[in-house]
Amino acid sequence: MAKHETPMLDQLESGPWPSFVSDIKAEAESRAKNEKGLDYQIPQDCCDDLLGVLELSYKHGRTHWKHGGIVGVFGYGGGVIGRYCDQPEMFPAVAHFHTMRVNQPSGKFYSTKFLGDLLDIWELRGSGLTNMHGSTGDIVFLGTTTPQLEEVFFDLTHKLDTDLGGSGSNLRTPSCCIGQARCEFACYDTQAICHYMTNEYQDELHRPAFPYKFKFKFDGCPNCCVASIARSDISYIGTWRDDIRIDQEAVKAYIGGEIPPNAGAHAGRDWGPFDIHKEVIDICPTGCMRMDGDKLEINTPECTRCMHCINVMPKALRIGNDRGCSILCGAKAPILDGAQMASLLIPFIKVEEPYDELKEKVIEPIWDWWMEEGKNRERLGELIKRQGFQKLLDVTGIKAIPQHVAEPRSNPYIFWKEEEVPGGWKRDINEFRKYHQR
Amino acid sequence: MAFISSGYNPDKPMANRITDIGPKKFDNFYPPVIAKNKGKWKSHEILAPGVLVHTSETGDECYTVRVGTCRLMSITLLREAMAIADKHCDGYLRFTTRNNIEFMTESKEKCDALKNDLMSRKHPGGSYKFPVGGTGAGITNCIHTQGWIHCHTPATDASGTVKATMDVLFDQFTEMKLPAKLRVSMACCLNMCGAVHCSDIAILGYHRKPPIIDHEYIDKMCEIPLAVAACPTAAIKPAKIEIGGKKLNTVSIKEERCMFCGNCYTMCPSMPLADDVGDGIVLMAGGKISNRISAPKFSKVVVAFIPNEQPRWPTLTSTIKRMVDVYSGDANKYERFGDWAERIGWEKFFEKCELEFTHHLIDDFRDPAYYTWRQTTQFKF
Repeated sequence: MAKHETPMLDQLESGPWPSFVSDIKAEAESRAKNEKGLDYQIPQDCCDDLLGVLELSYKHGRTHWKHGGIVGVFGYGGGVIGRYCDQPEMFPAVAHFHTMRVNQPSGKFYSTKFLGDLLDIWELRGSGLTNMHGSTGDIVFLGTTTPQLEEVFFDLTHKLDTDLGGSGSNLRTPSCCIGQARCEFACYDTQAICHYMTNEYQDELHRPAFPYKFKFKFDGCPNCCVASIARSDISYIGTWRDDIRIDQEAVKAYIGGEIPPNAGAHAGRDWGPFDIHKEVIDICPTGCMRMDGDKLEINTPECTRCMHCINVMPKALRIGNDRGCSILCGAKAPILDGAQMASLLIPFIKVEEPYDELKEKVIEPIWDWWMEEGKNRERLGELIKRQGFQKLLDVTGIKAIPQHVAEPRSNPYIFWKEEEVPGGWKRDINEFRKYHQR
Repeated sequence: MAFISSGYNPDKPMANRITDIGPKKFDNFYPPVIAKNKGKWKSHEILAPGVLVHTSETGDECYTVRVGTCRLMSITLLREAMAIADKHCDGYLRFTTRNNIEFMTESKEKCDALKNDLMSRKHPGGSYKFPVGGTGAGITNCIHTQGWIHCHTPATDASGTVKATMDVLFDQFTEMKLPAKLRVSMACCLNMCGAVHCSDIAILGYHRKPPIIDHEYIDKMCEIPLAVAACPTAAIKPAKIEIGGKKLNTVSIKEERCMFCGNCYTMCPSMPLADDVGDGIVLMAGGKISNRISAPKFSKVVVAFIPNEQPRWPTLTSTIKRMVDVYSGDANKYERFGDWAERIGWEKFFEKCELEFTHHLIDDFRDPAYYTWRQTTQFKF
């Protein structure tokens, strides 16, 4: 018998898509039965009360969770988000129900052994509810009490060699796509650099010293599966500089209908026979492809590496061999000053350990500037907007190139610097007046 | 309940403390076929919705079965996923950025057995535990935020709106019939902790009433200057008020300047915005993050407000369904939602999708607004 009636939530148990309500009920039942005979460290009926408070929100049309409050583990300023229910008498088992962010392994691969060990900790010391994963990429443990925070942290670090992730005004837990682990499009090892940067900047991740949040995301190719271009302060997107590798025999096989286009992505509908002109050559954004007889030609200097032809014919076309990444800066969601897409800063850089050039010439100069000039809760993208893209070039010592802009400015209001104008700006009015009467 | 110590001693927090170790290294968790072939993958193919095969230069193959999840998952359900991984996949599994689980095996036969096993598992209410799909020209999992289940700023629920929406779009998850991939994303307030602003279709929780000021408590609970500074439109200023003969420090709000972002509430709990009638959903469309063919772009507001109709949000889901159906029937192969809307023209988009265009949809927020107005005589009647 359920502790709380949940007539509205119960309506979310039907339908084909997995029901979170059914799942939470199953966890509530598992805790009630407690077949393992665990001495649960937070209230046994917390899942029941969570359903109860959610049902009340469905009834009221308003949340029943209060602001965070300052909770955490000793010495860290992030990784824990305090959460308190605003109806603690009605739902005592979730009165204090904090979130813990646990740093995920890059690429989100798990052995069942490791995942099982994580879940065992959370079964004993938390609600048994998770997000796999949160939006930024962390493993999210949903709901525990303040005394358990240190205990969970101690277990994580001592038993599982695993640390908390970031929250607040710090480096948020970096994340990456699956990369070379299982994708032929990946232009660099996204997991290796994601893991390296996460460890290199542990202090920045755990101890908030920034004006606001700061995100790194690593996409292996311009398909951007982790959306770095839309949501990271520094976005690393794999690219290449040489020719797309062409297997002409496989091109013929695509034209002959022997291989399904786009790796079979359109197999659910009859789109007619594959037409290389209509589906690839004519919609290439730069028009850099043509057929010479039955041979496909790509004019590499004109190619902007949009991935379309490679996506359509992955068995015939492969990324080039001279690989690295492009770096774009300043993406963010709308709060506060409107959404921003990342802007291109470095067209190409090799991605090789120990990543010294990236750290010393890009990341750290940008942080120095932002920590000096950024206002409270001002993201990097907003600082770039406020002080100008030129300032970003200044602090990173990067020379302006046409690739930095979609188009040159259409107003001539150039903020010339004094040193750019021969003779400087100090002039003598009396000298001027010798030739120009008042 | 007896307190079980992990070994942590609160009197000596630094004793035996381990910090700053970061995550476990990723290659501890590679299935053997991944460990052996990393960086050597040659090509891939989607064999059926939710089933991929990757082929390596070594000749090895990796079969992947992708299933949708709720993102919010219990350890009971995760242990079931682990048992499946133990049975079919040598004890390994992974999660995708969009909250799918991927199970990998090295042979086609194992893959078929795995797929059947996954589709056979249902919750008591009838929903699938591990629906196979989410690949190719279809809809993959809908990323989302916490909503009413665990957050203080939402304007709607996240898990519920997503469940209702994915039920309606379920066929597009398990089939690949659309012109291109279609990404549906959900964020329950403007903070967008799940960045949805570049999605083909974005469901966004939104408040429409300015904060209520808790005058008696605001000076005790908040740093008033922080609340004032938090407002992007400078609508908040310090004020004094007299309550019960006492002069109190508080704030006043120029309500017509409020854009309902809730940023003040984030800084100050004495300024709640939540309201059962005021809150609801903004529907956005036409964004993308891929650089394929066209540049990444933001989603645009196509419906200014849809009321919260929990538990199943029928107006929201039927509007989304209509948009997806019209797009599916009208767009060219490979054409993303936003590229389609731009090709036919947004005036035709509203006509075809039977959406009312209202003044709310014309941008009036700062400089970028001007660039979205029509500055040509080229338009369609």
